[in-house]
Amino acid sequence: MGETITFWVLAVVSVGAALGVVFNRKAVYSALMLGTVMLSLAVLYAVQDAPFLAAVQIIVYTGAIMMLFLFVLMLVGVDSSDSFVETLKGQRFWAAIAALGFVTLIVLAFGNAIFADEVGLAQATAQGGYIRSIALLLFTKYVFAFEITSALLITAALGAMVLAHRERLTEKATQKDLSRARFLGDRPSPLPGPGTYARNNAIDMPALLPDGSVAESSVNRYIARYDVEHGHLPEDPKLAAAIRHRADDEGSESGDAESNAEESNGVTK
Amino acid sequence: MTTHYLILSGLLFAIGAMGVLIRRNAIVVFMCVELMLNACNLAFVTFSRQVGNLEGQIIAFFVMVVAAAEVVVGLAIIVTIFRTRRSASVDDANLLKY
Repeated sequence: MGETITFWVLAVVSVGAALGVVFNRKAVYSALMLGTVMLSLAVLYAVQDAPFLAAVQIIVYTGAIMMLFLFVLMLVGVDSSDSFVETLKGQRFWAAIAALGFVTLIVLAFGNAIFADEVGLAQATAQGGYIRSIALLLFTKYVFAFEITSALLITAALGAMVLAHRERLTEKATQKDLSRARFLGDRPSPLPGPGTYARNNAIDMPALLPDGSVAESSVNRYIARYDVEHGHLPEDPKLAAAIRHRADDEGSESGDAESNAEESNGVTK
Repeated sequence: MTTHYLILSGLLFAIGAMGVLIRRNAIVVFMCVELMLNACNLAFVTFSRQVGNLEGQIIAFFVMVVAAAEVVVGLAIIVTIFRTRRSASVDDANLLKY
């Protein structure tokens, strides 16, 4: 009875979370949903007489793999959200149809299969208990696979290091180079700070110059873009126009690498 | 109960496969692959209890180990692609297409 209740609760949770992985627009939410699925599966393993696997599931999957996923998400950019443009026409529709067909097949096949009564693991773990039985199998019958696993893990670690390593192609810019580039450029001084007023002290407010005109460069381009996209523009039409103009400034997404380099220069200024 | 577990496993697998097909973000596609691996593990554990044999659990354990190694290398590849192409979308890595 207890197992039935656990199963139904966790089945609903895990299927819902799995759908969340697929249909969430933001990758971080997908990662959290995947963590939920993995935790529910760990509990299901524990219920099914597999406490060792439940522990491994939590330690390896939710502990290590999910952390790795989140780490890479932060590295790659959290807002690298999906383009919802279909490259192949009707792909989404047919994918859904295929998934539905697969589920139907599975449900029909397993629903019609007749299983004998569950044997249970009592006999398999009779000699020395559960952990000992697992260890016995792992270090006798499967010892070769186990050793091969170590080679696999070392290869994976090496591969990750080689892939993630970046060879420096040019000399690292020294402070001298940076300062020379700054004075040869068109703006030797730092960018103006954002404006703070009596009613606002947010960094998305452009500063005013001594003559009362608006200093567009005082607002970060990305923040300006965010404001325009989400409609967080100030009431003052002059400031709003400045933010809008700043958001369109070299606003092509393709020039991202270039603007990033420029931005980092801006930091050093 | 075995039937229930197997159907849940099939459902999770199908959802993961659908995610692989419809998502464009490489990291999310990868997460869906993990979902499919997890669904397979559930089936292994279920059958292990059904037939009273621990080997299913051993295989599930090996699947987890291989999945961990695969995630490490896969994510490194995604980071490398992102560095060169400034995008984690699977549509943008198409230089080998023609």
